[in-house]
Amino acid sequence: MGAPASLELCGLELSHPVINGSGTFDAIAARGVFGDALLSSFPFSAYVSKTITPEQRAGNPPPRLWETPSGLINSIGLPNRGLDGFLEGDLPKLAELPVPLIVSVMATSHGEFARLVEGVSPRAEVAALELNISCPNVESGLVVGESPEEAAALLGLLRPLTEKPLIVKLTPNAHPAPVALAVEAGGADAVSLINTLRSTAVAPGGAGPWLGGERGGLSGPAVRAVALSQVAEVADAVSIPVIGMGGIARGGHALDFIRAGATAVAVGTESFRDPGAGARVARELAAEVDAEGLESAAAARGTFGQRGPDRPENLSQNP
Amino acid sequence: MTEAPLGRRLCELTRNVESGGYRIFSVLDADGPEPAPGQFCMLATERGWGGEDGRPYLARAFSVAGAEGQGGGVRLDFLVHGVGPGTDRLASLEQGERLWVTGPLGIGFSGPRELAPDAAGAILVGGGIGVAPLAIWRRALLAAGTPTRVLLGYRDRERSGGLDLFDCSEIRLASEDGHAGHRGYVTDLLAVLLEGDDASSAAVYACGPPAMLEAVRALCLEREVACELAMEAPMGCGFGACFGCAVPLAAGGYMRLCVEGPVVRADRVETALVAGSGH
Ligand SMILES: Cc1cc2nc3c(=O)[nH]c(=O)nc-3n(C[C@H](O)[C@H](O)[C@H](O)COP(=O)(O)OP(=O)(O)OC[C@H]3O[C@@H](n4cnc5c(N)ncnc54)[C@H](O)[C@@H]3O)c2cc1C
Ligand SMILES: Cc1cc2nc3c(=O)[nH]c(=O)nc-3n(C[C@H](O)[C@H](O)[C@H](O)COP(=O)(O)O)c2cc1C
Ligand code: FES
Repeated sequence: MGAPASLELCGLELSHPVINGSGTFDAIAARGVFGDALLSSFPFSAYVSKTITPEQRAGNPPPRLWETPSGLINSIGLPNRGLDGFLEGDLPKLAELPVPLIVSVMATSHGEFARLVEGVSPRAEVAALELNISCPNVESGLVVGESPEEAAALLGLLRPLTEKPLIVKLTPNAHPAPVALAVEAGGADAVSLINTLRSTAVAPGGAGPWLGGERGGLSGPAVRAVALSQVAEVADAVSIPVIGMGGIARGGHALDFIRAGATAVAVGTESFRDPGAGARVARELAAEVDAEGLESAAAARGTFGQRGPDRPENLSQNP
Repeated sequence: MTEAPLGRRLCELTRNVESGGYRIFSVLDADGPEPAPGQFCMLATERGWGGEDGRPYLARAFSVAGAEGQGGGVRLDFLVHGVGPGTDRLASLEQGERLWVTGPLGIGFSGPRELAPDAAGAILVGGGIGVAPLAIWRRALLAAGTPTRVLLGYRDRERSGGLDLFDCSEIRLASEDGHAGHRGYVTDLLAVLLEGDDASSAAVYACGPPAMLEAVRALCLEREVACELAMEAPMGCGFGACFGCAVPLAAGGYMRLCVEGPVVRADRVETALVAGSGH
């Protein structure tokens, strides 16, 4: 095997480049199911919590899932115990994980977002925060992650509240590069993408929507090509690290995202099919890196898109 | 409950036989532990998972219907009824093909005395494909010397499989088309049993279509009979990761059926009619 796959991601030491996508692996539930093996063979090099909100949420009425060709629409509705429940109930358990902890937070107003960051970031167990901005700001009615101005305003508020790394999770439902530039200027330490693509499904034999929440988000291999393109675009635009995700199921996919400019990658929906997917993708990635004779995964970073000076003007969306 | 190994594992199919319109198939699980009755596994085939419409994509949940330690591992038996691309593919498996198995998962059945101090015996109520987890539970109850009665209901002859997993002589049958046993619902048989002393001396265990489970739930709640339901909900992962398998609780809110069930006390849930599950 080649050089160790360890890396640094905005100050966090990671033993390999594969982390989990927020909301796709509940380490506390998994510990109950798989026992201590979860701790001794933890699949990811850092753990991202499910998004927590200021108050407890029950989540959306079922059905919450719809399977698509090679993908999944979810309309889960962010069930979580709220800030206090998380700090008291979940955080002590997550602190037992053998990897750095990244806590994902989301709120629908500036004040509530600030309360989350001020509640979570002083805790020693927390290595970094991820801001899930795929949500409306009730004060403006705009989805924060779909508006560079909204995103910049949010970072302007939150950046001074913590010295811990802030990762901003971008939505694919608007052009992510301008938002990425706005949060980079606002002091974000990294961006992660993609979150799920807005989508829906018609109930079999009926006219209505299948999902209890009516709309959901698409993930899995079905979104991989879109995710790869958006990661490449964002990585081209910003100089902070990019965490790439969207349909990664094998090491080769992870290497594609790194070639597109990602520093680290996240595995989401594939963990549903294989609870050990994170570790498997990391192993396969290391083998690919070896087979290609690369020094490390990082040596491949950004090599996609370097076709030389006569790169064609991209008119591909206008066939 | 039995802990699952972390990650999915490839297991070989050792048999796949027809059973009353369903199929019983077995895999040899070289590395897995023996499941507790009521636990389930997430299954996907190694090849040909993802047919015409790009589905199935996720693994599918299946109750363990039988388990036996033998040379080279544990034999796991499953009962499948083709209702869509995933179950159709599993039903078509040939000997020697391999499956991805994750599990055993979930919380299985509690003993009668754990449910009610006076419950000396057990009444198992199965409907259709729902007879699967009752087969392994019945074997465990017999081994423990627990008096057990089995009531099984089927819609019609084409959907009446899994009897081979039981010892037929002890079973009372109902069928909606009258092809076997009582013409009508299995819950009719249960209602008669609960008229007698059984109401106070037995615990009821049920698995079947949502409407049947809801009827059993209502009967048992009304007569204050301890009852556990092996329920279904659409499951994306089976180990608490996706929050897809929400079942409404009587106390409000939802539980994740894959980690807090699939076997749940009848009075814990608001209803057995979970949107998106069953047909
Ligand atoms: C704990 C548990 C144990 C189970 N045990 C058994 C068992 O022992 N034997 C057995 O045969 N079955 C069992 N099941 C049910 C089995 O898992 C389902 O029948 C199976 O997942 C259906 O998959 P499919 O691809 O064949 O059908 P699908 O096409 O997935 O259809 C099944 C149902 O899902 C809905 N549906 C249709 N299309 C979609 C879509 N695109 N996305 C989401 N939902 C859709 C519809 O309501 C449809 O009736 C169990 C389920 C659970 C939760
Ligand atoms: C069931 C489910 C729940 C999710 N919950 C969250 C969440 O709470 N917060 C978040 O930022 N992203 C959430 N996501 C998005 C994932 O983290 C990830 O961005 C997306 O699924 C794309 O990656 P994948 O294709 O590998 O799953 C969720 C995705 C799924 C499928
Ligand atoms: S099936 Fe995924 S949480 Fe229950």
